[in-house]
Amino acid sequence: MIHIKLFKEVGPFAENKDTARKIRLKKLIPALDKNRKIILDFENIDGATQSFIHALISDLMRKYGNEVLDKIEFKSCNDTVKAIITIVVDYMQESI
Amino acid sequence: MKIHIPNSVWLGNIDPFLQGFDPGKTDRLELTFNKKWMSIHPMVLSMIASLGLSIKPSKIKCEKLEATSKHYLKRMKLFDFLKINSGINITEHESAGRFIPLTQIKNSAALTKFITDVTPLLHLEAKHAEPIRYIMSELIRNVLEHAMSKDGAIVSAQYYKKSNTIRIGIADTGIGIWKSINESHNPKTDLEAIKMALTPGITGTTKKEGGTDRNAGAGLFFIKSIASVNSDFFVIYSGKGLYKLLKRQGKKIELHADPFMDRHSTRDDLPGWQGTVVGIDLSLDTTQEFSLLLGLLNKTLKEAIKERKKERYKKPQFT
Repeated sequence: MIHIKLFKEVGPFAENKDTARKIRLKKLIPALDKNRKIILDFENIDGATQSFIHALISDLMRKYGNEVLDKIEFKSCNDTVKAIITIVVDYMQESI
Repeated sequence: MKIHIPNSVWLGNIDPFLQGFDPGKTDRLELTFNKKWMSIHPMVLSMIASLGLSIKPSKIKCEKLEATSKHYLKRMKLFDFLKINSGINITEHESAGRFIPLTQIKNSAALTKFITDVTPLLHLEAKHAEPIRYIMSELIRNVLEHAMSKDGAIVSAQYYKKSNTIRIGIADTGIGIWKSINESHNPKTDLEAIKMALTPGITGTTKKEGGTDRNAGAGLFFIKSIASVNSDFFVIYSGKGLYKLLKRQGKKIELHADPFMDRHSTRDDLPGWQGTVVGIDLSLDTTQEFSLLLGLLNKTLKEAIKERKKERYKKPQFT
């Protein structure tokens, strides 16, 4: 299990897609390749863009299928962040 | 190029202003102004500033300003962008809660810093600041990723007390929407390209549904939807095309994947803008809770994808 505290990397508003991509490539994919579970911790993050969340997780769903969602826990999300994550997850499942 | 600033330009009446833009002779810029009063949307300021960046100051002819509101242009830093001396002196004062002067953003790190700085500057409640920083981030990032402009994005914003509205303008002088969308699709006109860019699931980076690892093709649809739910104006101008989302009539809130299903107006015959300009108003009186808006948006997005998938279904051949 790896625990990623996103606030340290993205600040209170998660919008930088380059940072999202970096987290995905350097932390999420290596962890999933080792079959480890992931906690994505949104504590202290008060907002996120659809682009950020898309850059963070859409390719994981493409690469590993929607079963990847069983291995990722989205922790401490406020209502806005929950809504954005739900949009991206639903969008990807409808699309792929 | 020539631009005349009339006494009033806001998103509702922006068409005649754009119609009067003369894009000829791209190495020079001539600015003329209404002599009595100017009240102009930040979209106009961002346009002029972005044009000015690529023109030598010696090639910019700026008529002497006489209007009593001329200080506004100075305060918004227009003449700093044009690198010309306006002869206007002002007492600088704290911009908090009133405006965001013209700002050039050329990379992702600068955007992140801008968004961080903008939030406290606006001095707004969370429910108001949330959609504004969302809109700014997504629109500016669009420019950085798709416009291929060496000058990046030029952004400005202004709070209007009378209407309790934040008005935002973002301009670039990049490749424009038609060229960007044409990477993966075949729009015939600038307006058709704008329509595609506003439709969820369509991005210039791929033909595939769901987009790429970087682009979902839903960014502009989100922004149009935020404006639609709040019954605000949203304008997008690129090449000769213009799409204007008009204020909703009635209380019923409906989001549409097809931008032409919303209450809107279009033009496909305007003087060509090399790049893209976006203007948006956000009324603080009608701002809906952002998370509620997102719930509505999700429903529309899912229905849109289903429809688009259905369109591509193969039919059985019965003989």
